[in-house]
Amino acid sequence: MSKFKKKKSGDMPAVNTASLPDIVFMLLFFFMVATVMRQNTLKIENNLPFADQVEKLDKKDLVMYIYAGKPSANYVQYGKEARIQLNDDFASVRDVAAFIAAERASKREELIPFLTTALKVDSDANMGLIGDIKQELRKVNALKINYTTKKGSVLGRD
Amino acid sequence: MAKRAAPEVNAGSMADIAFLLLIFFLVTTTIETDSGINRKLPPMEESEEDVVIKQRNIFTVLLNGKDQLLVEDELMELKDLRAAAIEFLDNNGDGSCDYCKGKKDKSSSDNPDKAIISLKNERETTYKTYIAVQNELVAAYNELRDARALAQYGKPFSEMQADYKDVNWPGNKERLKAKIDQIKTDYPQKLSEVQ
Repeated sequence: MSKFKKKKSGDMPAVNTASLPDIVFMLLFFFMVATVMRQNTLKIENNLPFADQVEKLDKKDLVMYIYAGKPSANYVQYGKEARIQLNDDFASVRDVAAFIAAERASKREELIPFLTTALKVDSDANMGLIGDIKQELRKVNALKINYTTKKGSVLGRD
Repeated sequence: MAKRAAPEVNAGSMADIAFLLLIFFLVTTTIETDSGINRKLPPMEESEEDVVIKQRNIFTVLLNGKDQLLVEDELMELKDLRAAAIEFLDNNGDGSCDYCKGKKDKSSSDNPDKAIISLKNERETTYKTYIAVQNELVAAYNELRDARALAQYGKPFSEMQADYKDVNWPGNKERLKAKIDQIKTDYPQKLSEVQ
């Protein structure tokens, strides 16, 4: 008879939450480490080409980024031709010189000779645009460039 | 009356598991660093006198608007470009380069110092192909430098460069730098782009 009277009033032991801080900290650390701050919001398609003879581009503060590629799906009104993007907006070839000047002005003077221009160009862009950018860079004497690529074999990939 | 409360889950090791996971992710996550092919553009001011370069010392690579490759007036596949460039650079036509293993063909380059690769592309060439060609040409130089460094210092050039950048490398950095520069002058990277 008393066998069915075992239920005491809500005697469920509370879930031990002592390790909850650990889990939270773990997640926090993970995201702190894995997050890369994005500098620019891309308005273009930026599918980088592959290359295997690459060198690392360290010292992030000494790099100026020039993006180029076809406007992405949200910006089809800008056409289908590859465009240049500087900072957060579309730009024309003429703006490159001003962009380099502004970037240089924001850096300390002794660092200016070490500045590198990283060209992040979509693999389907054509070389006419790149040639124009390179010509502009030569005009403002920004001669160190880096063609940013993904690491991988150039052969047998499209 | 047996009092059977649900047994409490032992959470003492929870922290250990959490730290294990944390360390796992710390080790496996890499903060992405950009990498790419470094190039130096020629300065704007044109030199006054025209430098006369013999035709045999120039290795012309043409890329047309349809991404086809014309090397020394012959159509070529991208996969053959590296070998062709190595053969040209390492040719040693005048016999002045004692470490070259080339064929000493009189109609090809005199020595690695004089050999120039000239790359010309059209406006319609896609960037992808251009990078692939650049990559193959840089690879040709790197292979020659690796072979030279391996023969002279018993270590490939790429490894020497990695050592030079590595802060924990125990050896003498200045001497290593001199060796690297020596290899670089043995096979100077003379890659010109025609506008």
